[in-house]
Amino acid sequence: MTVERDWRGILFVAPFVLLYSLILIFPLLRGLWLSLNQVDLFGAGHFVGFGNYDALFHDPIFGASLVNTFEVTLMIVPALTVIALLLALSLNSAGKGAALLRGIFFASAVLSVTIVTLVWRFMLAPDAGLLGAIWKAFGWEPVPFLSDVHLVLPALAITTIWWSVGFPMLLFLAGLQQIPEDMYEAAALDNASRWTTFWKITLPSLRRTTILVVMLQTAAQLQLFGQSQLLTAGGPSGASRTAVLFLFESAFGRWELGYASAAAELLFVIILAVTLTQYWATGRASDASHGE
Amino acid sequence: MASLELRGVRKAYGATPVLDNVSLTLEQREFIAFLGPSGSGKSTLLRIIAGLESADAGEIWLEGKRIDNLPPGERSIAMVFQHYALYPHMSVRQNMAFGLKNARVPRDEIDRRIADAAAVLEITPLLDRKPAQMSGGQRQRVAIGRALVKEPKLFLLDEPLSNLDAALRLRTRVELAQLKQKVDAAVIMVTHDQAEAMTLADRIIVMNDRRIQQVGPPMEIYSQPANIFVAQFVGSPAMSLLPATIDGGDYARLKLGDGSTVETRVPATSLPNGELRVGVRPEAVTVVDGPGTTKGKVDLVERLGERTLVYAKLADGQPITAEDDAFSRVKIGDEVSLKIEGNAAHVFGPDGTGYHGAAA
Repeated sequence: MTVERDWRGILFVAPFVLLYSLILIFPLLRGLWLSLNQVDLFGAGHFVGFGNYDALFHDPIFGASLVNTFEVTLMIVPALTVIALLLALSLNSAGKGAALLRGIFFASAVLSVTIVTLVWRFMLAPDAGLLGAIWKAFGWEPVPFLSDVHLVLPALAITTIWWSVGFPMLLFLAGLQQIPEDMYEAAALDNASRWTTFWKITLPSLRRTTILVVMLQTAAQLQLFGQSQLLTAGGPSGASRTAVLFLFESAFGRWELGYASAAAELLFVIILAVTLTQYWATGRASDASHGE
Repeated sequence: MASLELRGVRKAYGATPVLDNVSLTLEQREFIAFLGPSGSGKSTLLRIIAGLESADAGEIWLEGKRIDNLPPGERSIAMVFQHYALYPHMSVRQNMAFGLKNARVPRDEIDRRIADAAAVLEITPLLDRKPAQMSGGQRQRVAIGRALVKEPKLFLLDEPLSNLDAALRLRTRVELAQLKQKVDAAVIMVTHDQAEAMTLADRIIVMNDRRIQQVGPPMEIYSQPANIFVAQFVGSPAMSLLPATIDGGDYARLKLGDGSTVETRVPATSLPNGELRVGVRPEAVTVVDGPGTTKGKVDLVERLGERTLVYAKLADGQPITAEDDAFSRVKIGDEVSLKIEGNAAHVFGPDGTGYHGAAA
């Protein structure tokens, strides 16, 4: 192989590498550098080393936003996964009705977060919302979902599940269609009940899809932002402030770019760690079942 | 008591009929092959027996018990699928145990049956592997093992050899024949390969066009085909069919289109009026040095090693397949003398029905 040929090969990947470096690698490194400086949007900053990180570790608002983020992620991901699976199972048929319902359930996923939060504000508002009206019809006091510190995160979770259920449902549907029909026929001849067939055939066949859904959703929900900003602006009293909302407020509310970058880097490391832990844990589980 | 009995089974997909009034009785421990081309309805019939599809009409009885209204798992039937249909996330042992666990067979009984079947099929070292870690032939054995451990009253094999390469197919065919001796149950195998059907089956059921065309032991199917379809489908290369007219005789003497005559052993009185055809298998037509029954111009020569096949055309353009010995010197374009063995000739009536000589 000649040197000339090597260069031709590089030419082929160059457009991608260039673009990738420009819009991903460079900002990542730039962000890392920013996080080591005290800098605002208008002037040159100065190097402070790990000062921003040190401050973050002692910032109770950042800590609270991390706790909120984990809480809401834990509320969303398991429920979302189960609901998406149940929807996929019930809509996994060839009929026109099922096709229509698949379309309807996926429709929410194409809406922008602005519209989703608008819709749910109408649902959740205690004085004018749909849920409030229902509560009143029963003669109960309407529940102030968005202004109660204990109810605001569940409300965020419900909104997010409604918005995001379409794509995981689609992944599960694709997974279900990968299961060959003759496997179900073999199970029928093996006298397996519907329940046994689900637990022993369908669910194990969806293992990879389930892992994918959980990992994608965990990474996505740890970055939850739009719903919290638009529905509650992080309130009441910071009860729904997520980590990304915190860094948004730092950067574009208080113009502390270095501080926000440090928070972003920390969140990046946390998401990476959580995802890798999930990957490692599921890999180990499959090894264990291998040796059974 | 009969093993399996089908009574007037019918099936249609919408307006398209796939099975017309199929009736059939299997003996105890009989090995039956459903032989037919794609779309003949043989796989549908197998799936109806298994309960994977339902018949529109008719009854299915297995050892005195009506089963067509039972779910697949309660019919005492085991099936080996064409693509094996092993559960990919389970080990071989779990694959084999699955059906038994569902039927609440005791743990030690399950272990015993798996150990026995694994020993018979020589898959004991594979018991803890997953299907993905095995070759096609090994998966096939596991699929057979999964059927064996259920100790069913009837085995269904759906094209069991079609996914194996040629060498393995031959070996597995021999093993299936040996296995047949060991199991105490009837077996139905679906195949489109006549060699599989001929070598394995006690009786062959030739299917075409939604109907059973003929039922009989392999040699009967081969030597006394009920109609033109069976005659042409069974036997390789296919039987040659030559239009002919009766030219007298107690045993029909038939005149071919090129003017030559064939003395058959078919009683002339049994033949219907109308257009007849003489059917001759390649081994009943030989290339001879002297004058033969007729002459043909050679189109193609196939050297198979132990014999040579000669594809020729008669003077009136009718194609005929003949045999010559291994070191035949016949070339394409040669004019050769052909001797037609009248004793082995079949006659087919205008409706396709076959008539056979007493000696055939």
